[in-house]
Amino acid sequence: MHALIGTLINGIALGMAYALIAVGYSMVFGILRLINFAHGAMYAFGAYMVYFFVSLKLGLLPAIMLSILMSGILALLIDKVALEPLRKKKSIPIATLITTVGMSFIIQNFLSIEYIFTSEKKGFPSLNLFGSFTVGNVTIQSSQLIMFVVALILLAILTLLVNKTKIGLAMRATEQNVKAANLMGINVNFIISFTFFLGGATAAIAGALISGYYQVISPTMGSLIGLKAFSAAVVGGIGILYGSVVGGLVVGVAECLAAQYLGSNVRDPMAFVILIIILIIKPTGLFGKKGISKV
Amino acid sequence: MDFLKVSNITMQFGGLFAVEDVSFHVDRGEIVSLIGPNGAGKTTVFNMLTGVYQITSGTMEFEGHKLEGKTPQEIVGLGISRTFQNLRLFPKMRVIENVLVGTHIRTKYNFFDGLFRSKAFRKEEAEKTVRAIEILESIGLEKYINSYVESLPYGEQRKVEIARAIATDAKLLLLDEPAAGMNPSESEELLHFIRSLKDKGFTVLMIEHDMNVVMNISDRIYVLDHGKLIAHGLPGEIANDKRVIEAYLGGERKHAKNR
Amino acid sequence: MDKVREKIKTKGLLFNIEHFFDRYKVIISVVFAVVALSVPFIGLSRATMRLLVMIGLYSMLGMGLNLLVGYTGQVSLGHAGFYAIGAYVCALLQVDAGVNFWLALLIGGIVSGFVGFLLGLPTLRLSGTYLSIVTLGFCEVVQMILKQWESVTYGNYGVRNIPKPELFGFTFNQQNGGFYIIILVLAVLTALGCHFIKNSKTGRAFIAIKEDELAATMMGIKTSRYKILAFVLSAFITGIAGGFYSVINNGYIEPTNFTFNISILIMSVVIVGGLGTIRGMVFGATILMLFPEVFRFLNEWRFVIYGVLLVLMMQFRPQGALGWQSTLPYRLSKETKKLLEKKKAAAEDASRTK
Repeated sequence: MHALIGTLINGIALGMAYALIAVGYSMVFGILRLINFAHGAMYAFGAYMVYFFVSLKLGLLPAIMLSILMSGILALLIDKVALEPLRKKKSIPIATLITTVGMSFIIQNFLSIEYIFTSEKKGFPSLNLFGSFTVGNVTIQSSQLIMFVVALILLAILTLLVNKTKIGLAMRATEQNVKAANLMGINVNFIISFTFFLGGATAAIAGALISGYYQVISPTMGSLIGLKAFSAAVVGGIGILYGSVVGGLVVGVAECLAAQYLGSNVRDPMAFVILIIILIIKPTGLFGKKGISKV
Repeated sequence: MDFLKVSNITMQFGGLFAVEDVSFHVDRGEIVSLIGPNGAGKTTVFNMLTGVYQITSGTMEFEGHKLEGKTPQEIVGLGISRTFQNLRLFPKMRVIENVLVGTHIRTKYNFFDGLFRSKAFRKEEAEKTVRAIEILESIGLEKYINSYVESLPYGEQRKVEIARAIATDAKLLLLDEPAAGMNPSESEELLHFIRSLKDKGFTVLMIEHDMNVVMNISDRIYVLDHGKLIAHGLPGEIANDKRVIEAYLGGERKHAKNR
Repeated sequence: MDKVREKIKTKGLLFNIEHFFDRYKVIISVVFAVVALSVPFIGLSRATMRLLVMIGLYSMLGMGLNLLVGYTGQVSLGHAGFYAIGAYVCALLQVDAGVNFWLALLIGGIVSGFVGFLLGLPTLRLSGTYLSIVTLGFCEVVQMILKQWESVTYGNYGVRNIPKPELFGFTFNQQNGGFYIIILVLAVLTALGCHFIKNSKTGRAFIAIKEDELAATMMGIKTSRYKILAFVLSAFITGIAGGFYSVINNGYIEPTNFTFNISILIMSVVIVGGLGTIRGMVFGATILMLFPEVFRFLNEWRFVIYGVLLVLMMQFRPQGALGWQSTLPYRLSKETKKLLEKKKAAAEDASRTK
């Protein structure tokens, strides 16, 4: 019984971190209808930046702060350098998709270059800052708790930002209709850049949290987890913040249960199994709304 | 048996009645116009007739066949084809290929005939290609046969759309603002062409804003306003109908006030 | 000379290069065919032969995916799944059931096509990006099944001791150029098939769906049927390519041969070469297979540069290197020309008698 509870706790903590990555996909998709394949690489980049700044003896918290800034700026640069020109040229969607794939190659392989970080796995400072504690007969590690709490707070802040602030209003307007938002005087390109910055920043935080939990990083760490988080975003209904949270939790819990009871090979694909089932039953995800097309 | 008979059709989106209780009929060989201010529900009627929308209530009959509940493909099969208000061509295909897509539904050879270049394929493909060329010549597009649609001027693209609709071997053509975006001389030319369609045995139901075109070639006119039929009759009658003038001018006056 | 310069000025240099290739495409094809056919006899090294085989294989994979993405506009990110299914069915039938390679290859293609049919079904409900996501998930699920269903697929260990193909006592392998001949034949057949499909009612329906699905519907095209057909054909071709791969990979295959990265590689072939063209697939495969070999001296940097090239390509030539629309007039078949002349003659007769 308490194996089950332990698995659930593990799944929920991991699920919250997935939700944090998923939000990044979701925000960008909401505005640009684009799967940002570079997002998983951003997540790896964020973790590596933390590793790098910690190795400079800056202390964990300042290292994380710097990493958030760097990742945010990198995401913003990706948009400015590669994606904005494509939007201006009204390129076909697949060109944008391939561009993000190319960007993820660049980041991922840059991280694995010999003289920088090498492709080998590296140890990552533990986030298990307060040891572990026992409630009843279930043990909770403080890294799990930190992962859960930090992700929860961040998601709450993001929700407030999107729903209660002026820039959030502009983001929602842009999401509904880019052209109309532009005509209403919203600087759409700024909003898109800001969204990318937020996406990069949240990916870096997720990178720090999850790496602090597993205590290991590698250049390709982002590709699979990125796809999983993306599935989580779609499962919840892409473009909807709380949808990402629910999707993240569903995926996190499901994969921990699957690993526990069905075998470790089932763990990773679990996200995709759920994804396919949900999309076939409800093509827009759990909380997604249907768009109307005009003839 | 009427050619096209529409009785009491209604289209409801949520609480909004886009088209309410509209009835009309079109006889074989006629040119009938559907006019009315913007947002009157004209295009919605086309969408209902062609199966894009499933109607809320009412009946539609074409040569004795029920139209309601049929898919767009089945309706094209019966012989109704349309053009679109905002041009829906296949821009990266050539003009002739666009028209060949129109012949798709009348092309009988199957996938394997195409794959193995069977005799049936070669024969029918030749027939359809010649037919497509003939249609394009009749509408005055012969010099654009090889061009890609996206490279054509707007007015010519409108003609390609009509050619494509004709290629489905339609008996009834639904033209949604065929003269939109054309200059006076172009629309004059189009007018002649639509008239020639009548001589070739086509029946035309069209939505048009250019009153010069409407009054010149329509046999009869129906007027829609706010989803309801407010008048019908011969062009001369409609031009002098008080309610029609009100529907148009009333709209104008409201605009004027807003300004 | 002035005339040429004038032409370049009015239509652009690029157009003229494209037109040049279109105009002399028959000659270019013949030269290409002669070179391709003479390759096994000029004594190339084993590594070079392997590279050429891989180029052929990826040309075929590209054509398979192109049928779906380039023609009907449905973006699949899960073609590694079909590739895996073809490979596993073909390999397992040979190893465990003793089925002859050629039959196993065909069955692999058919099974893959059938799975394509199943995966095509959701396309009726899903559009655009959502469809891509389902295909991506499909690829991962195939991976899971390959790893998990150990009693049939041998799990992570993979299928081993896959025999070399034989025909009338001749064993095909890398050294004797046998593999090269097989893939050359397969790729040429695929190219011809794609060409014929494209220039028929089926191909026009595919492209019409890509250009404007609603308009295609309103022309009477049964769009769902054609979208599924595209999936089936694409999966079939990819499955056949997979079956071929299972015998050339030193006699073994394992689940990691068919990851998401392979899906992306196939997609890159299509995009780099030129969406919707057949020549582009061969070109894209050549570039992408040569790239890691030629830039070996760059070590890890080469994949960074690969990423940079993809990004630049999308910026400056998103239609792909060879992705231009034909600059020649629409090709009329012999039958069409004959019929046209006949009609013209008849019309002249009619006007004369008047």
